[in-house]
Amino acid sequence: MSVVRAEPVPPSPPPRAVTGPVAWARRNLFSSLGNGLTTLAILLLLAWLVPAALRFLVLDAVWTGESGAACRPEIAGRPVGACWAFVAEKIGYLAYGAYPVPERWRANLFFALTALATGWMLWPGAPRRRLGAAYAFLILPLCAYALLSGAPWLGLATVPTGRWGGLLVTVVVSLVGIVASLPLGILLALGRRSELPVLRLLCTGFIEFWRGVPLITVLFMANVMLPLFLPGDLTVDRLVRPLVGIALFASAYMAEVVRGGLQAVPRGQEEAAAALGLTRPQVLATVVLPQALKVVVPGIVNTMIGLFKDTTLVSIVGISDFIRALEAARADPRWSAPSVPVTAYAFAALVYFAACFAMARYAGFIERRLAAGDRR
Amino acid sequence: MRAGRGPARGGDRAGNRGGSWRGLALQALLLAGLAALAYGAWANAADKLARQGIVAGFGFLERAAGFDLSQSLIPYAAATASYGRACLAGLLNTLLVSGLGIVLASAIGFGLGIARFSPNLILRGIARAYVELFRNVPLLLQLLVWYVAVRVALPEPRDPAAWRDAVFLTQRGLFLPRPDFSDWNALVPGAFGLGLLATLGLARASRRRAARTGRGLPLLGPGLALCLGLPALAWIGLALAGRPVPVAVPLRGPFDIEGGLALQPEFTALLAGLSTYTAAFIAEIVRAGIASVPRGQVEAATALGLSRAKALRLVVLPQALRVILPPLTSQYLTLTKNSSLAVLIGYPDLVHVMMGTVLNQTNQAVEAVTITMAVYLAISLATAAAMNRYNARVVAVGRR
Repeated sequence: MSVVRAEPVPPSPPPRAVTGPVAWARRNLFSSLGNGLTTLAILLLLAWLVPAALRFLVLDAVWTGESGAACRPEIAGRPVGACWAFVAEKIGYLAYGAYPVPERWRANLFFALTALATGWMLWPGAPRRRLGAAYAFLILPLCAYALLSGAPWLGLATVPTGRWGGLLVTVVVSLVGIVASLPLGILLALGRRSELPVLRLLCTGFIEFWRGVPLITVLFMANVMLPLFLPGDLTVDRLVRPLVGIALFASAYMAEVVRGGLQAVPRGQEEAAAALGLTRPQVLATVVLPQALKVVVPGIVNTMIGLFKDTTLVSIVGISDFIRALEAARADPRWSAPSVPVTAYAFAALVYFAACFAMARYAGFIERRLAAGDRR
Repeated sequence: MRAGRGPARGGDRAGNRGGSWRGLALQALLLAGLAALAYGAWANAADKLARQGIVAGFGFLERAAGFDLSQSLIPYAAATASYGRACLAGLLNTLLVSGLGIVLASAIGFGLGIARFSPNLILRGIARAYVELFRNVPLLLQLLVWYVAVRVALPEPRDPAAWRDAVFLTQRGLFLPRPDFSDWNALVPGAFGLGLLATLGLARASRRRAARTGRGLPLLGPGLALCLGLPALAWIGLALAGRPVPVAVPLRGPFDIEGGLALQPEFTALLAGLSTYTAAFIAEIVRAGIASVPRGQVEAATALGLSRAKALRLVVLPQALRVILPPLTSQYLTLTKNSSLAVLIGYPDLVHVMMGTVLNQTNQAVEAVTITMAVYLAISLATAAAMNRYNARVVAVGRR
């Protein structure tokens, strides 16, 4: 009996294509029966959804028009999608609210100054960042106040806050929230780690209180209780009340983010600095905080995203922010057409999405940069 | 949180350099300042309240409210109910929408989070797009879309979409038949509860047997039979005994649908908005949790011959859950707090009842704000405490 094969083994078939579009599709889309069915179902859904959205947003949309009549199907004589003419006419109101038209350049200048501060603080390679911080946290708020509400000695007419509105108010609320909450949050985080029991308890209680209640209750509280607690006939501006609420609320969240950063600084750093003879404030200011804050930049930006989205809540307590301006514009009887509400919301969603998505991408970019630094 | 480090303030303790009198003075100053501030605020408030003729205190809770609620889980009559009862009804509405929202958001969120690891490219892309879209648009705007834009697309009340003249869908809500489970008919929900308990017992027995023999008992079929079969038996038994369960079917009235169980558009919009928004955040948490499980675990499970689904269910998810659970709880709390946006669309939750109607009617600002905030604070702190205990027991043990 022979153990050696007498005839050659038949050649195995060549492997199926492992490169090229077909192989790619097989690997990524149709790797099994279930996968193939899922792919087909999703493709069917997209085939129905994408053209419908495209038709509504672009192909059937009305781009120009004097009033809502242009966006009514029975008058236009064709199916009508989004009514962009509505957004085009109301864009001034959506951006500035009832801010007097001849003074709107002040709001524009404010937007530019804010953009400068944002760029200076967020661009990692920016020069003179200490000066930038002083600009963003001290000079900008003062300038913005004088610019927007008016400074008669500079020849800028007074504009009461009741006339501010739209995107302007949204940016003002976000800016105040960030500018107030970052320093306050750092102080609270340091207080929560302090060795003084009373201070620690107070800071912990403060943080946990604001984190435990919904923002809308804070805004209602600021609205009805702030005037109650102030002496005499002192009244608080309608816009300032929610600003105080937002600043306190955001500082509690910021404090927790900063605390995470403080915990990430190795204890040896502190001890080495103390051994070099630095005083406690010096240790904090020159050794601990710079390292802690660097680590938490993504966390801070994420808090900023949350804050920016949360500013929409001021519309519930009667502040004319972007959403409330949108609702007011939508209620204009001259522009009543079936597709106007959806158009308005699509536009608002686009605006908020662009801002938040950009910030989220920035946070991710910084996170990857920090991770790359750690891997060295 | 780093494992193996002492309490957070350990580092500062080491830096205490005996300047204790300075610390004491600072703290005393702080307390005195706060006390002065609190006293000033209190005096001002008392002064202003007295001038407005408002009696401070919680006595107003027993006065008749005189306003109606569009939805209430407890019997609530506008004419006789007190403010306290309105507050309770509002709280129950908050808990109802939050509880259902948590279940729905978890289901969608876990599905999306797992889908991020699918071998199917297009499914991964869809899950990613969902997360980015819903996370980056404010919840308030999404609620407006659900409440205004989606509702406009529904049929008018005069011309409802109907299914067999029993279920109706209009701009005023979804109308379903409502079975009457009072007195003897409570046997049916009772049977359901019994079935649920029996299923839980079965699951325990199965786990014990699996620990002993390596093979559990079948669960899905018997469980379903118990949970659905027992109530069905009770229903049929009642019908045979000559007292069938009455079912109130919604009827088409001249202007609107009447009777039956009405799911109001405010409730549905809030539930849909909350759960789809929170689901995006949960999906990210689940994705991070699954990503934290070492690759070797999946490879070992595959080498043992487990299918992808089984490896996910038996190996990956139990380990990921330890990472997922703490942020997931905080998302649940956020959802509960976000349900206060109900005030925007008029769903009668705690904030809408207390800080809207009650505050406007009674002007008892301090009391209304205190009650509302205390309730949310209690929910938050209780959940945090429970979570800490759970963490200490499960998460810490697992990390050793």
